[in-house]
Amino acid sequence: MFSGGKDSVYACWRAQEKDTVACLITLLSQNPDSYMFHTPNIRFAASQAEAMNIPQLCWPTRGIEEEELKDLKAALAEAKDRYGIEGIVSGAIESVYQAARVQRICQALDLWSFNPLWQTDQIDYLRTLLRDGFRVIISGVYAYPFDASWLGEELTEEMVMRLARMQERYQINPSGEGGEIETFVLDGPLFRERIEVLRASRVYAHYRGQYIIEAVRLVER
Amino acid sequence: MNGRAEILLVDNCRQAGSLSRYEFVHPAQRALERAGASCRTCHYTLLDRPTLEGCDKVLLCGTALKDKECLNHLDRYSWLREWTGPVLGICTGMQIIAAAFGGRLLPRSEPAIGLDEIQVICPSPLLGPCGKIEVYHLHDIDVSLPDEFLCLAGTDRAPEAFSHSTRPIWGLMFHPEVRNRWILERYAEL
Repeated sequence: MFSGGKDSVYACWRAQEKDTVACLITLLSQNPDSYMFHTPNIRFAASQAEAMNIPQLCWPTRGIEEEELKDLKAALAEAKDRYGIEGIVSGAIESVYQAARVQRICQALDLWSFNPLWQTDQIDYLRTLLRDGFRVIISGVYAYPFDASWLGEELTEEMVMRLARMQERYQINPSGEGGEIETFVLDGPLFRERIEVLRASRVYAHYRGQYIIEAVRLVER
Repeated sequence: MNGRAEILLVDNCRQAGSLSRYEFVHPAQRALERAGASCRTCHYTLLDRPTLEGCDKVLLCGTALKDKECLNHLDRYSWLREWTGPVLGICTGMQIIAAAFGGRLLPRSEPAIGLDEIQVICPSPLLGPCGKIEVYHLHDIDVSLPDEFLCLAGTDRAPEAFSHSTRPIWGLMFHPEVRNRWILERYAEL
């Protein structure tokens, strides 16, 4: 399951350690407040798939809570038919809500379910991303006290330290799994080319904002 | 226990070094290490007597819902009947313990997935007093209560937790690395 955010990209990378990633499954939600599927910049997940040289299966969903699960099930069934997948990998860290629903769908479709970031220490994980050479930008903020200065900023050690302090003070999930922040990956060890953002805009009000990518290109790493 | 307990985590996943180890071995390991334990991991197919004798306690980890491979190799766990140190089995680990002590594996008509409330019915050093706790389930096989075992939670027909009546052996059908990490902390400190 591929949103283009850091968790799905990193989960994909771990999956490639021993297994073959046959396709990236992207749900295109038309609901900006989707419970399960991340929305900003989702159309550029296709550019990431191209940069990673992995086929992408895009599946539309209206993004209505329970209907979304039927759409996910249909997408996974299609991936099973088209690519012969035996299991799916997702980037869930803490969300029992998301993980249990995906487990039930996999069980119904006789698919394996893998969550290689499950219960990981979030601050350690952010540092691992940096150490392993992932370049990640903040593509959305959705909670107090994130201000507009976060939008489009790249994850750095300094940012990790700020997030750790905010975790202590405001009880946010530093990796954003509670929906506090969303991310977009520009580069990583599984990318054959990296993504350069050519044009983007920012919208922000009342602790909610998005870095809206408008044009990208793939460039040599 | 004096000093840092050395806990051996037995990886029961289909293959050594599988993708599932991030989900079923590492989270339990982190919880035990946060509680001050020193941990080693070993895949069940590679477990030998010297490895076992070098540790103080054993944790038999869970596996993915579809992963029942280790249950086809129960001969690999014959050491459970002789080894006298503490053993805690999580989910598939509990199924292994049940089978090793003569209990039966009972496929469920519907898998148990997600959060459920269970009843602790017998006080114990591991689960504490009687009461309700919310747990994370991920299994489609229940076990019968083996002879010589006490049901600590759930029912005798489908125990959620059990312990051996005279030896330090426990099983949990739920995942304490996801909810109720205090159980792993207690196990580290026992």
